[in-house]
Amino acid sequence: MPNERLSTIVVVGHGMVGQRFLEALAERGATGRARVVVLGEEPRPAYDRVRLSSYFEGSTPDQLSLVPQDFMRRHGMELHVDDPAESIDRAARTVTVRSGRTFAYDTLVLATGSFPFVPPVPGKDLTGCFVYRTIEDLRAIEAYAKTASTGTVVGGGLLGLEAAGALNGLGLATHIVEFAPRLMPVQVDEGGGAALLRTIENMGLTVHTGVGTREITADGSGRVNGMTLSDSSHLSTDLVIFSAGIRPRDRLARDCGLAVGERGGIVIDERCRTSDPAVFAVGECALAADGRVYGLVAPGYDMAETAADAIAGDAQRTFTGADLSTKLKLLGVDVASFGDAHGSTGGCLDVVYADSRSGVYKKLVVSGDGVLLGGVLVGDADAYGMLRPLTGHVPPVAPERLVLPAGLGAPAAFGPESLPDDAVICSCHNVTKGAIGACASLPEAKKRTKAGTGCGSCVRTIGMLLPESGDGGLCGCFAQSRRELYEIALALRITTFTELLDGHARVWARGGEGCEICKPAVASILAGLGNGHILDGEQAALQDTNDHFLANLQRNGSYSIVPRIPGGEITPDKLIVIGEVARDFGLYTKITGGQRIDLFGARVDQLPSIWTRLVQAGFESGHAYGKSLRTVKSCVGQTWCRYGVQDSVRMAIDLELRYRGLRSPHKLKSAVSGCARECAEAQSKDFGVIATANGWNLYIGGNGGAAPRHADLLAQDLTDTQLVRLIDRFLMFYIRTADRLERTSVWLERLDGGLAHVRDVVVNDSLGICAELEALMAAHVAGYRDEWAETLDDPERLARFVSFVNAPGAPDPSVRFVPERDQIKPELPLLTLGATR
Amino acid sequence: MTTVQLRLEGGWFTICEAALLTPGRGVAALLPDGSQAAVFTDRRGRTYAIDNRDPSTGAYVLSRGLLGSTPEGRPYVASPLLKHRFDLETGACLDDAALAVGTYLTERSSQF
Ligand code: SRM
Ligand SMILES: Cc1cc2nc3c(=O)[nH]c(=O)nc-3n(C[C@H](O)[C@H](O)[C@H](O)COP(=O)(O)OP(=O)(O)OC[C@H]3O[C@@H](n4cnc5c(N)ncnc54)[C@H](O)[C@@H]3O)c2cc1C
Ligand code: SF4
Ligand code: FES
Repeated sequence: MPNERLSTIVVVGHGMVGQRFLEALAERGATGRARVVVLGEEPRPAYDRVRLSSYFEGSTPDQLSLVPQDFMRRHGMELHVDDPAESIDRAARTVTVRSGRTFAYDTLVLATGSFPFVPPVPGKDLTGCFVYRTIEDLRAIEAYAKTASTGTVVGGGLLGLEAAGALNGLGLATHIVEFAPRLMPVQVDEGGGAALLRTIENMGLTVHTGVGTREITADGSGRVNGMTLSDSSHLSTDLVIFSAGIRPRDRLARDCGLAVGERGGIVIDERCRTSDPAVFAVGECALAADGRVYGLVAPGYDMAETAADAIAGDAQRTFTGADLSTKLKLLGVDVASFGDAHGSTGGCLDVVYADSRSGVYKKLVVSGDGVLLGGVLVGDADAYGMLRPLTGHVPPVAPERLVLPAGLGAPAAFGPESLPDDAVICSCHNVTKGAIGACASLPEAKKRTKAGTGCGSCVRTIGMLLPESGDGGLCGCFAQSRRELYEIALALRITTFTELLDGHARVWARGGEGCEICKPAVASILAGLGNGHILDGEQAALQDTNDHFLANLQRNGSYSIVPRIPGGEITPDKLIVIGEVARDFGLYTKITGGQRIDLFGARVDQLPSIWTRLVQAGFESGHAYGKSLRTVKSCVGQTWCRYGVQDSVRMAIDLELRYRGLRSPHKLKSAVSGCARECAEAQSKDFGVIATANGWNLYIGGNGGAAPRHADLLAQDLTDTQLVRLIDRFLMFYIRTADRLERTSVWLERLDGGLAHVRDVVVNDSLGICAELEALMAAHVAGYRDEWAETLDDPERLARFVSFVNAPGAPDPSVRFVPERDQIKPELPLLTLGATR
Repeated sequence: MTTVQLRLEGGWFTICEAALLTPGRGVAALLPDGSQAAVFTDRRGRTYAIDNRDPSTGAYVLSRGLLGSTPEGRPYVASPLLKHRFDLETGACLDDAALAVGTYLTERSSQF
């Protein structure tokens, strides 16, 4: 088509909605028919502003990006970043950018978003005043916070709380100043605001409600040093973040004569067209047909789809307004509001549950004839996924039962199957239950409908709507998961593998041998339930070789030995013993990544004599071979380190001694750091402890290894006793519910409700099982015996430590070593494979 | 006393008392020519013997693997190193057709 001129679509603003618009164009095949030019002001392509705060938790700009690697190239789009549009000439249909270039358009789409509103208080431009909107803003705050000790957020709305959470996380003493009488005045009602306030104050933040900011003050060098409030009180602060609302960025539109609202926002119709039919506006910069400016991403996405339809599609989609439902996690507190949260519908009734002790507040608004109209959830928003799609319907059970906490009469199995097909499950992408039901798996649902790819709050509900994948069985022998087998063994007091196999395995497997997967898994379950020494009786036949010989098998058939060195603390005398033993038995010695010493190259028949020496010197098994507690690493802490605020070494030793020998679905690692500098890397551990001025913060679900995961904060400022009690519960809950070889990180990610659920169970005792979990742990602690000391005392057990059953004294000639760097290394056996593939 | 014997080229070779074998586990035996056998017994008291050398790694460790049975009821041992499974009756590797180990006839004999 040589002479056909392609029409040009110019998009101004490459933010969340702009990017969504481009995707929608591509999906409608418009990119083949039109030239698409995108003009962006920020120095990078669109990124996930909703998750902006995760920048402070280590998310990189790349990880936040919303634009797949070769998206622009694949669709033949042109993107110009760091070059904002300066003016629009509607008569000539051109846009001019800051660098001076001019772009002609046939269709123009404005997606310029909004800017943070900074109230005109004196001092607002001083050094140390910030807003919270872009990655650059956060970078500047992060840098400045290094020189600050106190920070104040002006505004206690959704974004203000998020910014306050960030300051708190950066280690600043944090204040929030909110003009309204309660926090989050737009989303939550008075009761919800009160619950939020209590929880936030408990975290150590200071909240000033019902006061405004009169002036920001500075020191001699022009840096912020405080603020005067409207009640004339003074607040010392080194840093200020303004988060007092947002305003649509409509200047370009205004300047070129497009209609804008009285209070801002580019006026659009139901198809997102502005007063000029060649110009569209979408997202936060637009004033929708219902007279509102939407500051949430979901309505923006809806507008993007609508505009794409009007420009390139066949469907006659319209945008007439949106639901303002949100679920957020602010400062670790779940907050959700949906539908008519403030009960403004005539004749409506409230159903309220409030527990100020745990900071939970839930309110449902119901019409006279029982239709759910909306609600507010603070502190426990698990039910949000279920309640939001029910809005506009009569719930299947009485509304008061919907707000009760689990265990107090909440309906046990009230699942999404009770929802009508047209109920919207994913509100970010407006996907109904019917559309999800047509998919076979979560990945398919995400791909086909985009459901679950926005805020993610609906993923759990989606999972419940999709058919199960696989049968979830532990292995070929058992159709049950590890967790189910644990419950069976616990309930039926089963103490042997054969009992479990013959009574509960798949039919064909009964009476058989079991397999290499279920045997150690069941052994771990039985050991966790306190069924004796793992080298005894039938148990002996279930353990893999490491557990069988209480050492780690190496590639040449030799074993390694890792004595426990609790907290990494060791006396010179003990160090000398390790050195002597290694020298006398010719073992290779290496410091491990877990703050202890590994001795490699022992033959099976040498293990008892090596351990005799070690036990005599006061060493115990380090369980490097077991699915059990490995090390609790420590940093040197308050005793020596100038920054330390607690005795991290003592705590690490206490924890290591408490949980040593505990059998679990996978290995368990821990660490204790003496201050927030985190030299012990506690946030990469299954349970990590970081000292604070007031006690200890407990993090769970961290992981190093191949798929590293930062641990999540479970609870703050705990006393020693509180800390230990919480870890007891957490570990036992994990042991009880995790699948085989599932580290706490994976478990936490998989668990319905994730961290919030774990917190509910172990902190709030929502299942009423904490006493039982603590008792199980107490039994473990009381029943702990050093496996090596017990083995050495028992001739029958010792009898198995021979290389050859028919030549007990003979060393295994196949285990040979050669020298390397003044130590030994395995002489590798020659591989003579019969055939190669 | 019941003993376990292996059939070698020169005839039956006594390994040990049957009581030394734990059902579901193995032991290693040193053979007169210096090679090694892995000897197992299962839940039903049947005895098996194969080469102790794990052909996938070259290490002499098969005796330290765990026994299992397939859905068809065939007994196997899973190598403790890289978990290849070997059929105890035929020596075939269930996970890699290119691998196999030698097998031995076994017998339990009672002498009073
Ligand atoms: C010895 C040691 C390496 C060293 O020389 O430093 C080591 C050695 C082994 N690691 Fe490790 N890991 C060692 C520290 C670590 C660390 C660092 C740490 O603990 O701080 C990690 C990352 C932290 C983590 O686990 O989150 C680590 C992540 C792994 C993983 C991956 C786990 C994961 O969740 O992704 C495996 C594989 C597994 O367990 O499935 C593994 C497995 C192994 C095994 C058991 C592999 C095997 O089956 O033979 C190695 C056993 C060696 C032996 O016989 O002793 N090792 N391994 C370290 C022993 C620490 C100790 O004192 O107990
Ligand atoms: C910290 C934070 C947390 C949030 N959390 C949530 C949440 O949990 N849930 C939720 O629904 N929403 C949340 N939001 C709001 C959400 O991010 C916005 O609704 C969404 O980003 C709006 O998309 P947009 O494309 O309209 O605007 P933006 O994403 O702001 O994109 C507009 C883009 O246009 C650019 N631009 C402006 N003028 C020009 C110009 N003249 N030339 C070129 N480019 C220009 C801007 O630089 C910007 O990059 C949050 C926002 C923030 C800041
Ligand atoms: S990193 Fe790999 S090779 Fe090194 S010790 Fe760990 S498991 Fe072994
Ligand atoms: S509701 Fe946000 S992704 Fe589905």
